[in-house]
Amino acid sequence: MLAAAAGHAAPGPADVALLDRLTWGVDDTGMKDIAARGAARFLDDQLHAPQLALPPQAQRQIDAMRIAREPMAQLVVEADAQNKAANAIVDPDQKKAARDAYNKTMNDLGREAQSRTLLRYLYAPDQLREQMTWFWFNHFNVQAGKRDIRAMVGDYEDQAIRSHALGRFRDLLDATLHHPAMLRYLDNDQNAAGHINENYAREIMELHTMGVGAGYTQKDVQELARILTGVGVDLKPDAPRLRPQWQPLYRRAGLFEFNPARHDFGDKQFLGHTIRGSGFDEVEQALDLLVASPATAHHISSEIAAYFVGDTPPAALVDRMAATFQHSRGDITAVLRTLFRSPEFKASLGKTFKDPVHYAVSAVRLAYAGRTILNTDPLSGWLQRMGEGLFAHEAPDGYPMASSAWSGPGQMETRFEIARSIGGGSAGLFKPRDGAVPEQPAFPQIQNALFFQALQQRLSPATAKVLDQAASPQEWNSLYLSSPEFMRR
Amino acid sequence: MHRRNLLKAAAFAPLVVAGRAFAAPAAGSGRLLLVFLRGAYDAANIVAPVGSDFYHEARPTIGLRKPDAADPDAALPLDGDWALHPALKDSIYPLWQAKQIAFVPFAGTDDMSRSHFETQDTIELGQPIASARDFRSGFMARLAGAIGTDRPIAFSDQVPLCFQSSGLSIPNIALTGNLKPAIDPRAAKLIQAMYAGDSALSGSVAEGFATRETVFRSLADEMTQASRGAVTAKGFELSARRIGRLMRDQYNLAFVDVGGWDTHVNQGGAQGYLAGRIGELGRGVAGFAEEIGAEAWRDTTVVVVSEFGRTFRENGDKGTDHGHGSVYWVLGGGVRGRRLAGPQVRIAADTLNQQRDLPVLTDYRAMIGGIVQRQFGLGSDRLDAVFSGTRPASLDLV
Repeated sequence: MLAAAAGHAAPGPADVALLDRLTWGVDDTGMKDIAARGAARFLDDQLHAPQLALPPQAQRQIDAMRIAREPMAQLVVEADAQNKAANAIVDPDQKKAARDAYNKTMNDLGREAQSRTLLRYLYAPDQLREQMTWFWFNHFNVQAGKRDIRAMVGDYEDQAIRSHALGRFRDLLDATLHHPAMLRYLDNDQNAAGHINENYAREIMELHTMGVGAGYTQKDVQELARILTGVGVDLKPDAPRLRPQWQPLYRRAGLFEFNPARHDFGDKQFLGHTIRGSGFDEVEQALDLLVASPATAHHISSEIAAYFVGDTPPAALVDRMAATFQHSRGDITAVLRTLFRSPEFKASLGKTFKDPVHYAVSAVRLAYAGRTILNTDPLSGWLQRMGEGLFAHEAPDGYPMASSAWSGPGQMETRFEIARSIGGGSAGLFKPRDGAVPEQPAFPQIQNALFFQALQQRLSPATAKVLDQAASPQEWNSLYLSSPEFMRR
Repeated sequence: MHRRNLLKAAAFAPLVVAGRAFAAPAAGSGRLLLVFLRGAYDAANIVAPVGSDFYHEARPTIGLRKPDAADPDAALPLDGDWALHPALKDSIYPLWQAKQIAFVPFAGTDDMSRSHFETQDTIELGQPIASARDFRSGFMARLAGAIGTDRPIAFSDQVPLCFQSSGLSIPNIALTGNLKPAIDPRAAKLIQAMYAGDSALSGSVAEGFATRETVFRSLADEMTQASRGAVTAKGFELSARRIGRLMRDQYNLAFVDVGGWDTHVNQGGAQGYLAGRIGELGRGVAGFAEEIGAEAWRDTTVVVVSEFGRTFRENGDKGTDHGHGSVYWVLGGGVRGRRLAGPQVRIAADTLNQQRDLPVLTDYRAMIGGIVQRQFGLGSDRLDAVFSGTRPASLDLV
């Protein structure tokens, strides 16, 4: 039934491996898709897919969220007012109650953002965009726990990152720079003439664009920090009162603000260029210089290659991707096409160790193919336990890519425990948070048509032998999800 | 794996005293815990040069006040020049008075990138900075190899870079939450059978089950107490106390990291954000010393490091930016403490490195090299396998 659709043969092992790499894990829908169109068309469609609607069951859950119904700026302003009101209360008991209420508001917003992301990873048809959304979020990491970023992180991920995940790198960099989540996280909302804060300037160069050791100096970092003075966040509805000559230079977009009164208008020497003091245009010039730098092309290409091909990607592959990055002026789809069509990529299929997010999401996709989960909290919890919680990485470098970062003894053991949770029952995934509908007692049936058609042939004799010893379907599930084959993609 | 099992059998079988198994103390035995403060902690406000007028000028809002017995927010006197953050009064200061902790100011690396991640890697790899980096060779893993003993462990949810090794599979375990093994022995055996032919993962899988079992058994008492409603520590203090118990009986070479030290904004002074972090760190380290017990403490050394120091002057946001030289802590029952060790320089505007931060006068490889050489009785060839091309600093710390 899977194979017949459009005259293509049943997907072979290579097709299944490709599916497993380009998506968040093999499932029924993906198999039908690649069977119907063939691998080449499937790949091309994934590279060029617009943002596609989710299945209605998942979309309904998102539509009910506060982050889907209210604009981010409004959420942040309301939360800020709630926080200020709580702080103004004198009575200690009432103050504590008000502060707890504020924290609940913020935690709810942060949890909604995680939930929306996981529903998209699990069920979005444009799976490659979703993987690149994870990748770019990690590249431009912010941590939700800092200050009021929990109220911003959903919008940051959806608007700044997802919208540009398969677009142009320059737009992505610009969108992150314009987002209050980034400006808060790396303290640029505190960066002003005479009160320089270097944090964001340093990480733009070191992490977001050129990469550490790319030849820029401490002086370049300081000059970029000066260029970025006045770029910040403003929750007030009205523009500040400014001297007349500054008024035309003031910029505002939502909570983003460029305030010329806080900007250092001196000339700057940045990466060997003189940037004349002129206001926000300086930032655009600096970003142009950074994106045009060969170091940026190389740094970004090597990170993408590491994500898709695994540890220490071949240098020749990275060089070809970097060349594509440069001549396409940072067209992400073009860079990915160079990668996906390479022999190095094909050779790596099935051999890359899954990071925790990939492990858990692919397990739920496989276990509950065709049924939409009603609660993502257990999945979020598993990611936390494995040390790769969504929006939870404290430092701006993002989570590591190397398999050795995720395959330590303690981490493997944790995976087996999670495999047991997923394989042994529904683990709360079908228990709505509001408690409206009682949980359907269910455990997954991983040993199904999909398994026999696509996965069984990839098992080693040792794994096959162990699976034969399973005493129950639950144990079989747990063992399969614990197998070496399921750890890789 | 085989060597490990053999050693375990040899170590535990004959030495059961009063019902408790002791690890065999071999010649030159000892224990080392490395505490890594990620995020470049502002050492100049923990071990503060309050004797320098320039310190008070450079830190008008965040600086600590000079020692004053009547002022609970004032720093605690170490010597005429230096003083300790008041948040460490009940935890670390008693160790200072007991001569069990030394501070090494102007310590750090020759890595001038001022990048957290680059410099953390530099420290954890412990390789000469000029050479190409081998990311499967951390200095703690090389040390485990050089000592020839087989009881290293990382108390973190990932195996840190310093314990990465292409030869050994070093266990890791995060010590938060419930540590009871969730996989029953039958399932564990089946899972291990699936990995028998998987050379990349089989060691890690077997080690994971074994470590969980060992740690659970070692900490079972504590859990029983906790379930009876005893007050238990939280956060880092809980982990550190558990580490103390595990290092007393099970492990001799350990790593733990503590994040949250990147204070660009509103770091506070005697009170505030950083004071909270440092208080928790102090309680943890002191709790570790208490839990490991007097006997084991005698041959245990704890080294506290961070990737670099911060700017000496506070920035416009009452915080500090990325700098260079830091202050490392060395403590233990056998440490020659109550002193500031290593070369020092008068702190003033004209002695700052690049007019911004503190110079590095003690290289961390030389410092740790000197410690482990004495602690584990390493000959120069074995020390060279840990820190090649480094002459150990003779700071006489242990």
